[in-house]
Amino acid sequence: MYKKIVFPLLAICIALNSLVVNSQERVRLGTPISEADLEGFDLIAEPDGSGFPSGGGTARQGKAVYDINCAVCHGANGEGTSGNTIIVGGDMQSEGPPLRTVGSYWPYASTVFDFIRRAMPATAPKSLTNAQVYQVTAYILFMNGIIGEDTELNANTLVNIEMPNADGFVDRSHIHSIE
Amino acid sequence: MTEKKLEKVAGNGLISRRHLLGMGATGVGLAASNSVLGQNSGINFEIPGWSRTPGPGPSNYGSRSRYTAAVQRSTAFQNPTYPGGGASRSPLQHLQGTITPNALHFERHHAGIPDIDPAGHKLVINGLVRQALAFSYEDLLKYPMVSSVYFLECAGNSGALLRGGNEDGTAQSIHGLVSCAEWTGIPLSTLLDEAGVLPEARWVAAVGADAASMGRSIPIEKALDDVMVALFQNGEPVMPGQGYPMRLFVPGWEGNISVKWLTQIKLTRAAAQFRDETSKYSDTLPDRSSYQFTFPMGTKSLITSPSGQMSLRNAGIYQITGIAWSGSGSISRVEVSADGGQTWADASIQGLQLDKALTRFTIPWEWNGGPAVLQSRATDSRGNVQPTRDVILAERGNISFYHNHCIQSWAVSNSGEVTNVYV
Ligand code: HEC
Repeated sequence: MYKKIVFPLLAICIALNSLVVNSQERVRLGTPISEADLEGFDLIAEPDGSGFPSGGGTARQGKAVYDINCAVCHGANGEGTSGNTIIVGGDMQSEGPPLRTVGSYWPYASTVFDFIRRAMPATAPKSLTNAQVYQVTAYILFMNGIIGEDTELNANTLVNIEMPNADGFVDRSHIHSIE
Repeated sequence: MTEKKLEKVAGNGLISRRHLLGMGATGVGLAASNSVLGQNSGINFEIPGWSRTPGPGPSNYGSRSRYTAAVQRSTAFQNPTYPGGGASRSPLQHLQGTITPNALHFERHHAGIPDIDPAGHKLVINGLVRQALAFSYEDLLKYPMVSSVYFLECAGNSGALLRGGNEDGTAQSIHGLVSCAEWTGIPLSTLLDEAGVLPEARWVAAVGADAASMGRSIPIEKALDDVMVALFQNGEPVMPGQGYPMRLFVPGWEGNISVKWLTQIKLTRAAAQFRDETSKYSDTLPDRSSYQFTFPMGTKSLITSPSGQMSLRNAGIYQITGIAWSGSGSISRVEVSADGGQTWADASIQGLQLDKALTRFTIPWEWNGGPAVLQSRATDSRGNVQPTRDVILAERGNISFYHNHCIQSWAVSNSGEVTNVYV
């Protein structure tokens, strides 16, 4: 946008040289910070393992976290209390419209950790410790039959989990407008 | 103007758009036929009370006439397990022109509207940059800004049509998750430039400061193209429900990606795979594979008047009007049919035809008192033509309801009742 305005001016309006020079001076007001400043602020946990905190947990530990903080809305076994709270079950190849849940639909296990850490429990998001988030993530994956009850979930093991529907997606991110 | 001079341009009463010239809101010819020489009209011309008493003085922030108070967004039932979650829909059938008033812009929140003190808010740029930066609201206000009029449409808008039902639907209840405003802010590219994007950065992850910390990933090419950090909406600071003090605005793309209450932009190698770009806003096809990252919103239009739940009182001339838009360009043509898509006539475009913005169309129509099915069909500047519902269903089924841009059909009955139908 800047360039579009400045270059035609440069080309034609030599007399307005001083104005042009002024408008080329960029506003630069960002305060330099370090990634260390953002520990606790940057909650992005990616499929390649970046952004995951240290520590870990198992489904066996996560059951208590789930029962206390999640079951009221998501049901004792993840069966849900409303359409958008079902987090266990489903089958993408079912005869009727498939029930799409964490277990049947989600392509990455990292998303389970990332979403719970930033957005759950819905009444008090970000109230769990990182260890509790690992534990309850493990418990949801366990209820979906994806990992064992004593599988240790941490930054390293989480990225290696193969989700059942991992190959079920067609990436259309290259389409930025329709021709 | 008499009946004979009205040039019919398509079946079931569509009249040439040329007759719009000089035509009042009540329609062609009606005013002339109503005047009866030498007779009392029956209209009360007594000076009204409001012309005899001074009204209240100027105010600090305006409010609309109490007689228009019925023009409201519609909010869904609040689910106690989803605190602050849900949507409100714009009353499209009551609006004219193309700009949505700020207080009537549709909303979709995932954990309610945060009450953000701008002094405590920051925008962070980090990840694959030469220098991570933090900006305060005051900092950002000092940058050169750009303004553009853009529509914003939720990916789930009009999704109900794919499932069927909704016989009692209105323009608002079916299509009210689209709005349009002038957005003013800083090109994201300006701020990314300042941080210095490293060559390996292919995506940006944008995160909001709401309780859901809603996140979405955007390919770097788009982020450096026309994306802005919007601070103003129709000239005033962005409304809290739209992301105050700042939101990302990603022109033409599904609404959810224009992250509100923007607080972080992180440059990454790949998409972060947030919940709202995997579990949600993805579309499962009949073969059970699922489209992910469907970004541009389709070429689309709908008639806002006459529309669902309205009733036409008398046979005669009506002004059909509606809105059209495309996530891939501007609107180049809108056609209207009064016989369920058998014959079509070109509507006229009223006002501006801006890129990725709502465009208003209109065409006169003579209702003969018999059944009619009104439809509109938009074509955009890239030649994309709005498809029928059958075409969309054949292509992708109805397991998913996002990204529906099919033609809307409104049936007019013999008694003038207008309802949503499927043809
Ligand atoms: C007050 C009710 C409530 C509580 C308590 C709650 N959730 Fe949720 N949860 C929701 C709602 C509502 C959604 C859907 C949010 C949306 O669609 O934006 C959701 C969504 C989710 C999802 C994503 C589902 C999907 O398919 O997209 C996961 C995973 C989840 N919750 C896990 C948890 C965990 C773990 C806990 C406990 C730590 C928890 N929730 C506590 C209400 C709740």
